[in-house]
Amino acid sequence: MLRLENVRKAFRSGQDIVLALGGVNLDLAKGDFLTVIGSNGAGKTTLLNIIAGTILPTVGRVSVKDRDVTTLPAYRRAQWIGRITQDPLAGTAPMMTIAENLALASKRAHRSLRLAITRRKRREMVERMLSLGMALEHRLDDPVSLLSGGERQALTVTMATLAQPEILLLDEHTAALDPANAAKVSLLTQEFVERLGVTTIMVTHNMEHALALGNRLLMMNKGEIIYDFNGGEKGSLTVVDLVDLFSRQHIVDDELLLEAR
Amino acid sequence: MALILIHAAEQGLLYGIAALGVFITYRILNFPDLTVDGSFVTGAAIASSLLVTHGFDPFLVLVIAFAAGAVAGVITGLLNTRLGITDLLAGVLSMIMLYSINLRIMGRPNISLLRTDTVVRIVAREFHSLGNMSVLLFVTIVTLAVMFILVFFFKTEIGLVLRATGDNEHMVIAQGVNTKRMKVAGLALSNGLVALSGALVAQYSGFADVGMGIGTIVTGLAAVIIGGSLIRSRKVVWMTTSVLIGSLIYRTAVMFALRYGYVIGFQASDLKLVTSLIVIVALVVPAFRERMARRVKTC
Ligand SMILES: Nc1ncnc2c1ncn2[C@@H]1O[C@H](COP(=O)(O)OP(=O)(O)O)[C@@H](O)[C@H]1O
Ligand SMILES: [Mg+2]
Repeated sequence: MLRLENVRKAFRSGQDIVLALGGVNLDLAKGDFLTVIGSNGAGKTTLLNIIAGTILPTVGRVSVKDRDVTTLPAYRRAQWIGRITQDPLAGTAPMMTIAENLALASKRAHRSLRLAITRRKRREMVERMLSLGMALEHRLDDPVSLLSGGERQALTVTMATLAQPEILLLDEHTAALDPANAAKVSLLTQEFVERLGVTTIMVTHNMEHALALGNRLLMMNKGEIIYDFNGGEKGSLTVVDLVDLFSRQHIVDDELLLEAR
Repeated sequence: MALILIHAAEQGLLYGIAALGVFITYRILNFPDLTVDGSFVTGAAIASSLLVTHGFDPFLVLVIAFAAGAVAGVITGLLNTRLGITDLLAGVLSMIMLYSINLRIMGRPNISLLRTDTVVRIVAREFHSLGNMSVLLFVTIVTLAVMFILVFFFKTEIGLVLRATGDNEHMVIAQGVNTKRMKVAGLALSNGLVALSGALVAQYSGFADVGMGIGTIVTGLAAVIIGGSLIRSRKVVWMTTSVLIGSLIYRTAVMFALRYGYVIGFQASDLKLVTSLIVIVALVVPAFRERMARRVKTC
């Protein structure tokens, strides 16, 4: 489904060159659910950026469904790849209404000069919003800027569902939310992934999530994949094991260790 | 007195079409586009030269003017999206290029339409029973038609994408849209409207002049900002309506300033200075108010 071959990414920062990714190889089959952990600056976001096409690798090759997409612009990859980032503001257009945002996500090819929001579509939107249980069904005509971070992120997840991507990239997408909303959005995403069987990469700081979800776990450090646990191996891992692995790598990351408590 | 108001209304509506163009770039696309100072003249130039030297139909030249303005917008869009020139500079470059092109089109710095049939003259002739309201009625119908087509467009699938492009470009890319192409399309639509406005104004006032576009961006912004401060709505219908109301208010103020301003020593040549000052104040006041509000909150 998704293959990365020797993907490297170097950033120039002032005089220095930062190697954000150093030769990553990765192969995901259809329906795989990969969780990714690693300290800050490990290159997790860079990895997702390269897959989504918002940045290009310095060297290496990215292919989706056996098609080389290394230099394909991000908007063309969007036909297969959906993405939700940490920033709840990133996935929606703030000045436009909930209904308009949903309409943008539901019609993604062959856009025309037809009315974007028909009565039938509105009914579907009400259904969708009802299923969120956030009372957003009454607010279809509110600009999204009036919504809370949790509501906006839930809307972003819904929009990703409408688009029906084949690959879903989640970059700590609940990290900026309060615990209640984080749990809600997390559950919503899980339902979505299970229902559509979409191939998923989820970056998270939450080791319990990383262990509980998915069939494969990557640990990254300094731009490299240092551990790659599959099905059975992953199932027998515990948070303590992960912390142990981290400290064995002399990874000092207060945030990670705090999370682990 | 009544006649002044009628003229102010006619001009407010005709220039209002250009203001709608500015609204599209400034408010919707978030692209401060200076091309309009040139494309307004392009519309007037094409209309008048086709009317005078080629005897074209006065209504047909409006369509041609729109198309020519759209091409100008496309050029600015390509300079920005394909060649990576910043939005302001891309607009300035187009504007300056258009100055030469407009002179080429006209062949001389100004063209008089006094001896030619124009849409205004046709309307006045055909509907002479309406007296001096006939032109106002025609202008109102044309402007409202443009506005409602625009409102409908912004509710279509493509229109929605255009609006979102100015609102959150990354999100639109993630929806599988080539936002570069959307920006070019938005600039084309905007400058098409500005050129249409130029063509109408030329036929209305009976001449085209190569300098008639100077300050189109500022008067357009004045209309957008005045209207926006009166009607605060996120709905496209209300936003476009507010632009036209802003344009009407602006033109009425200008009309009175020109007529009675001599009392306080105002000259016609001061107009651009005063308009720019109004825009500066209108731009600064909301930011200032916000800062005050924040200061009060933190106290
Ligand atoms: N645009 C950029 N310019 C320069 N350096 C960058 C840029 N983006 C990321 N980096 C660097 O690349 C490394 C990896 O960053 P990132 O992928 O964001 O890490 P993570 O998401 O795992 O925290 C970091 O050292 C970061 O400073
Ligand atoms: Mg990151």
